[in-house]
Amino acid sequence: MKRITVPFVFVVLAIVGWHYSQLSLSFITNEVLIRFIRDGILVLALIIPIKAGMGLNFAITIGAIAAQIGWLFVLDIQMKGFAGIISAAAFGCGLSIILGWLIGKVLNRVKGKEMVTTMIMGFIGTSVYQFIFLVGYGTFIPSHNKEIILSRGAGVRSMVDLHEYRNIIDKYWMLQIGSLEIPLFMILVVISFSILIYYILNTRIGCHIKAVGQNSGKAELLGINIDPVRIKAVIISTVTACLGQIVYLQNIGMMNVYTGHLNSDIFSIAALLAGGATVKNASVYNALIGIILFHFLFIVSPQAGQNLFRNAALGEYFRTFIAYGTIVFALMANIRTIKS
Amino acid sequence: MLTRKGFTLPQIIISVFIAMMFIAAFYLHIPINIILNDVMVRLVMNGVLVLSLVPIMNAGIGINFGLPVAVMAGLLGMCVAVNFRFNGLAGFFIALGFSIPFSVLFGTVYSYGLNRVKGREEIASAFIGFSVVSAMNIFWATAPFSNPVMLWPIGGKGMRPTITLEPFFAKTLNRIFAIHIGECIIPAGMILLFVVLCLLLSIFFKTKIGKAITALGENEIYAVINGISVGKTRACAIILSTILGGFGIIVYAQSYGFIELYDAPLLVAFPAAASILIGGAIIKSNRILQAIVGTLLFQTIYILSSPIANELLLPESAEILRMFIANAVILYALTTQRPMTR
Repeated sequence: MKRITVPFVFVVLAIVGWHYSQLSLSFITNEVLIRFIRDGILVLALIIPIKAGMGLNFAITIGAIAAQIGWLFVLDIQMKGFAGIISAAAFGCGLSIILGWLIGKVLNRVKGKEMVTTMIMGFIGTSVYQFIFLVGYGTFIPSHNKEIILSRGAGVRSMVDLHEYRNIIDKYWMLQIGSLEIPLFMILVVISFSILIYYILNTRIGCHIKAVGQNSGKAELLGINIDPVRIKAVIISTVTACLGQIVYLQNIGMMNVYTGHLNSDIFSIAALLAGGATVKNASVYNALIGIILFHFLFIVSPQAGQNLFRNAALGEYFRTFIAYGTIVFALMANIRTIKS
Repeated sequence: MLTRKGFTLPQIIISVFIAMMFIAAFYLHIPINIILNDVMVRLVMNGVLVLSLVPIMNAGIGINFGLPVAVMAGLLGMCVAVNFRFNGLAGFFIALGFSIPFSVLFGTVYSYGLNRVKGREEIASAFIGFSVVSAMNIFWATAPFSNPVMLWPIGGKGMRPTITLEPFFAKTLNRIFAIHIGECIIPAGMILLFVVLCLLLSIFFKTKIGKAITALGENEIYAVINGISVGKTRACAIILSTILGGFGIIVYAQSYGFIELYDAPLLVAFPAAASILIGGAIIKSNRILQAIVGTLLFQTIYILSSPIANELLLPESAEILRMFIANAVILYALTTQRPMTR
């Protein structure tokens, strides 16, 4: 019963919002599909740390940072087309493995306080990343591309163009049904990532992760070495988040170098929770349902705010509130179930 | 923590860092009296906000990342005072007075929230803070205030993101009793208010309820055996924190000269938390002293970093560096804290 409370609230809000927004269903479906392929993999990145008992992983921002560094690397050496996307992903994933290992190491020192630590680490990652590319690029990192460097000779521009790569993979197998555009290939990519996460959770390492998450004391008695399992869970999450941000940015086609990654954690987590996940348990279904519900509400609320109160900003404040509020609700609801 | 000849690692790092900044400031010919001046003003400006973290920390709830809740109460009180056009020093104290009922209300609701998430207050408080900021955004956009200085000039509905306090009580506290010694100005009025607040807080911790809060923070089981009601005592600490936080933002705004609404207070808790944690790394005993020393050190870093970054022609790096220091201090504190005894 409790598991469907949050999705139910989202369904009600989405229907009410849709009614007042007066947007056509085909427009909303198109938008939801775009956001489904854009944000899907980022949301899926959250599942494994939850299963490992580490709660919501706010450090997926660091995976997103790794992806942006990957893109900047590709832009710097000016590699074009599909090869560029693959190299950005490869570079980002390599970086994510190292960063994920570091995050895991720190998280093993703060058992019981993982969530707040991941949030702070996300902020630290942001500072370091901003510092490196604002100060270091062009000074101690040699620059090869005059297009992306600031005119003063140090620092990347705050907005870089990924037009070269925009929608390269989204355009495969694009189905047109009336006014609906269905990017079939990317939907399959997101779904295959879901299957991959589902599969990982049923392999040997996945069973270890679930055992650690359910009862770390018993898992230790069974002879599972807990700390490495937790580190692996974080590494998988960070790499998935990196791939998610690569897909996100190639869909959008431009990159806010210093701020593009900032809300990836909040909105992904809110989407996952909207699908009925809790701090203790999450599944692939929660992620897939959650993305659709959350983004449905996200699309209709500014227009609904405009029509109801003559103020589109209200709708935007409302959806930010919904994102934060969902997280607060999940944190509170879950603790009570532990007590009882 | 590493101990070598009585110094801990954070003490050494912080002293070396500040010494390096002073040497850099000296070589770059940044006038020292202006820096001293700014340090005194900013100590009080941010000190009350940092002080507001003390009761919650003493109650064993941890770092209060939900400081925006208190800030919202303070902003509401201040907006009411500005709406009725109170000005001068009296206006400032009236704003403090108006903030108290809002703080008590917000603090009570906030304490219900935090009492439900025992054991994970830090992350919950952070998100309660964020969600209150976004909920209040909706309020600011529709607020029923009537003073045209506060509203958008076109349409006359919804608050402006920044409201100037110049016609009301901007810098009244900074100016009162200010002592001029050469080029250096000592804002004695501000320091007096800060000292009074610190003294009141330390007297509070000598009373029965204050001692109960400290006992709860030191050992919850022992406190329960001694007949202390956990929920009520925690609520007291949280409400007191909220009142102080409300005062904090009013002191900050009058010194800054502007009320900043909407998303401006979103990350207010992190520099404040870092300040008290730096203090905690230097002094072990008294939390109020930790808040004062920590704010002093953090604000010194804050003030020195801007001119140094400007001299090095990288002005943006100062803000990034500050955020990095704040969060690094918080992370260090999280990783070295003793595990909660529950």
